[in-house]
Amino acid sequence: MGNSVTLMIDGQSVTVAEGTTLRAACDQAEHVVPTLCWHENLTPANACRACVVEVKGSRTLVASCSRVAEDGMDVQTASERVLNARQVVAELLLSVSDAKLAPDLLHLAEMSSADPVRFTGGATWAQPVRQDNNLYVRDLSKCILCYRCVQACGDDAQNTFAIAVAGRGFGAHIDAGFGRDLPESDCVYCGNCVAVCPTGALMGKTEWDLRQQGQWDESRITQTETICSYCGVGCELDLHVMDNQIVKVTSPQDHPVTHGMLCVKGRYGYDFVQSEDHH
Amino acid sequence: MGLTTVFGSGAGTSSYEDFHHTAFILLVGSNAAEAHPIIFHHIMKGVHNGAELVVVDPRKTLTTKRAHEHVQVTVGSDIALLNAMAHVIIRDHLYRKDFVERATKGFDQFADSVCTWTPERAAAITGISAARIESLARRYAEAPTAMIGWTLGITEHHNAVDNVLALINLALLCGNVGRPGAGLNPLRGQNNVQGGGDMGALPNRLPGFQDLSDPAVRQKFSQAWGVPIAEKAGRNQTGMFEAIEEDQLRGLYVIGENPIQSEANGEYMRHLFSKLDALVVQDIFLTATGEMADVVFPARVSFAESEGTYTNSERRVQRVKPARRAPGQAQDDLWIVASLAQAMGYSWPIQEAEAVFDEMRQLASNFRGMTYERLEQEHGLQWPVPELGHPGSQRLHERLWEAEVLDKAPFTPVEWAPPVEMPTPDYPFLLTTGRRLAFFNTGVQSNVYDHPHKIGEWMEIHREDAKTLGVENGEMIAVISRRGRVEVPAYYSDAVMPGTVFMTFHFPDEVMTNNLTIDATDPQSGTAEFKAAAVRLERLQEVQAQGL
Repeated sequence: MGNSVTLMIDGQSVTVAEGTTLRAACDQAEHVVPTLCWHENLTPANACRACVVEVKGSRTLVASCSRVAEDGMDVQTASERVLNARQVVAELLLSVSDAKLAPDLLHLAEMSSADPVRFTGGATWAQPVRQDNNLYVRDLSKCILCYRCVQACGDDAQNTFAIAVAGRGFGAHIDAGFGRDLPESDCVYCGNCVAVCPTGALMGKTEWDLRQQGQWDESRITQTETICSYCGVGCELDLHVMDNQIVKVTSPQDHPVTHGMLCVKGRYGYDFVQSEDHH
Repeated sequence: MGLTTVFGSGAGTSSYEDFHHTAFILLVGSNAAEAHPIIFHHIMKGVHNGAELVVVDPRKTLTTKRAHEHVQVTVGSDIALLNAMAHVIIRDHLYRKDFVERATKGFDQFADSVCTWTPERAAAITGISAARIESLARRYAEAPTAMIGWTLGITEHHNAVDNVLALINLALLCGNVGRPGAGLNPLRGQNNVQGGGDMGALPNRLPGFQDLSDPAVRQKFSQAWGVPIAEKAGRNQTGMFEAIEEDQLRGLYVIGENPIQSEANGEYMRHLFSKLDALVVQDIFLTATGEMADVVFPARVSFAESEGTYTNSERRVQRVKPARRAPGQAQDDLWIVASLAQAMGYSWPIQEAEAVFDEMRQLASNFRGMTYERLEQEHGLQWPVPELGHPGSQRLHERLWEAEVLDKAPFTPVEWAPPVEMPTPDYPFLLTTGRRLAFFNTGVQSNVYDHPHKIGEWMEIHREDAKTLGVENGEMIAVISRRGRVEVPAYYSDAVMPGTVFMTFHFPDEVMTNNLTIDATDPQSGTAEFKAAAVRLERLQEVQAQGL
C-alpha cells in the first residue's frame, strides 16, 4: 500500500490513500457530493461543476471529482458558496436542456432547491432529434455537455474518436465531425456513448421508439445477467426484457471484462434471438 | 495445440488486466479492434499507460491504425519473421539467460534451428526490411515485460501449430510468460471455444484437459460414469471429414455449427455431407447445414434462453442465464441430448445444468472450487480454482519463476513453409479472409440486426491491381479459385497490399466465400488455411464479351 493522507471534511478528520480524489474522500466520510459529469470508469472532465467543494485557502471552489486530497486540507462540502454554486449550476443546466430523463440532474436541482425557471427565456439549445441510423438516436436538446460520451468514444474506452465537442458558448455541441450524420462519420455504433449518457440525450433506437409510443414501462422490464454469444472475450450482458423481447442491453460498470463497455454486436446485435421464425 | 504441447494446457496464460501493465504488446494475426473490441479496450489502456503496440498483419485494420508500428508482412510469412527475431535475440545475447537455463529445455537445438534465419533471409520472405526486423527483435527483447496476443491470422494456416510454437519460443527466450504483464494469449474467436476445450470436447482430452491416454484418468472417469472409457482418441473435425470421404463415418450429429457455410472448400463440404446416411442438426435456425439434415432439433438460444457457463479467453468461467422464453418447441441443448439418449434406450436423467456442472467439477480439479453461486457473485472465476476458498488464477505457469523448475518448458524448433497455394499465372492473387467489426462468422447471428454499414459482402482490392484489371470501384467481378467461383463487388482499398485481396464469410447466402478457400489443414490442429487461397479475378463484362 502507498502512503496515506489525512484531511478535514466538514470538520471531520478523514484518512485516505494517497492519490484519492476529494470526491472519493467525501464518499468515504459519507459526506457524498453530487456529480453529473463524473463517471466511475471515465477520466474526470471537470465540465459540470456540480461536485464543487470549498477548500480553505483556495480562491475558487474546486472540482472534487479531479482534485486530489492533500495532507491537512480543510474541505467544506456544504458551505454557503458551495450550496449557491450547486443551485446555479442546476438552474443554468435546466434553462438550456430537457432534464426529463436525467435523474442525476433532477436530483441536483431538488437537493439544491434550484428554481427551474429562473433563467428560462434566455438562449436555449433546443434542436431537432437526429435519427440517422437504426441503432441509436441523438436528442441533443437533452445534452448537458458532460463530455462522458466523448471520453468513452476516445481514450477511456473505445479509442474511436468519432465525436467531439464543437462550437463555442451556446453553439457548443457534440458533433461527429462537420455536422455529419453518423453513418458518414467514424462511428462504429458500439453504443458506449449511449451507455454513459446521464440524460437520455443518447438512446438506443428500440427504447426511443417504445418511449415515443408510450410503451416503455420500467415496471414490466426484467434484467438478466448473462454472457455475450459472439466472440471469445466473454462480456457480461444485462438483457433488459419487456414482454419476452430484449429491448436494451447494458453491462455492469464493475465487471472486470467490460467495465460497462460493449461492442456493436453485443449491444445491438440481439435481434436474431427474437426473430420468431427460428423453430 | 501449441500451448498444450509446451505447457500442458491450451489456454491463454494471462489476464486481460495484464495488458494494462506491460511495456510491450505484440499482436500477430489479430485484428482485435474489430474481432475482439473489448479486449482491445484493455490493450489500449496499456498503450495509454506507456506500452508500445506492434501489430503484425498483412492488412491495415482499425487495430493497425492504433499501433505504434504496423508490420505489414506478406500472408503466411509469420514464422520467417519470428524465427529471425529469435535469431537476432540469440545472436546479440539479448535473451534472458537465467530464465532460459532454469525454466526451459532444448535451447541449444533451438538456437541451431534459427541460426540460418538471418533478418536478410526473413526480409525476402516477409517483405519487411532486415533493419526493421532487427529493431523489432531488439525492442521485444529489451522490454522488461511483453504480452503476445494472436488470433486466426496465426491459427488458420496449414502450419498453425508451428506458428503458435514460434510465438511461444520467442516468449520463452525472453521470459515473457507466467509473470505480471507477460504472457501468451490466444484471443478466442467464439464465445465458448475455450469452454468446449475445458469440458473435454476434444478428441484426446477429458474435462479439464485431462489426458485420455493416462490410465489413471480413464479409470477415474470410468468409475464416475459407470462405463468403460475408450483408450483410443477420437477424430478431430478434419479426421471426421476424411472418414466421411472414405465411408468410414456414415452418421453425423452437428450441434450449433454451420459447417456447410463455415468450412473451407464449400462445394466439397456439400458433397461430403450428401454422402452421409444420417445427418442430425441441432440449431436455433434452419441453417444451410440444417437444410441438408434428416432430422433437425430446434434448440434454445444458449446465452438468452438457457442455463450454463461459457469460458472466455482469460479462462474466466461465467454463468449464462435465460432472460426470455424460447419460442415454439425449442429445447435446451442438455434436454435434447439426454432425451436422445433415452430414445436410444439409455436411462439418462434430464438434469439441470448446475447438476452437470457439479459432477464435472468433482472430476476436474481445475474447476473444483467453482460453484454456480460463486460464479454469479464473483463475476466468474479464472481457472484453475482447485478448491472452494481459492480466488481463481490470474496467470498460468507462475511455477516457471520458482527457484527450482521441475517440469521445464521446451523450445520447439519450427521451420517456415509458405501457404499451400501461392499465386501462379493462372491464379495470380492471394485471397485472405477475416472478419469485419459489425458482423460475425456465417452471419446466423449478425445478419438480422439493422446495422448502418450492412451492404452485404464486398472484396477489398488494391487500387493498382484494380486499375491493371480495369475494374471500376464497386464493380461486380468474378473471383475464381481451383475449387469454386463467386461474384462479389470489388472496392478499392488501401488496406491490402497489391497482389492480395480480402473477403469475409459473413454473407454466405449471397457470396459463398468458402467455396474459394482451401481445405488444406494443419495436421495437428485440423484447422484449415482460410487465410490463403490463390484466386484469379475476372470482369463480368469481359466474360460476357468472350461469350458473344
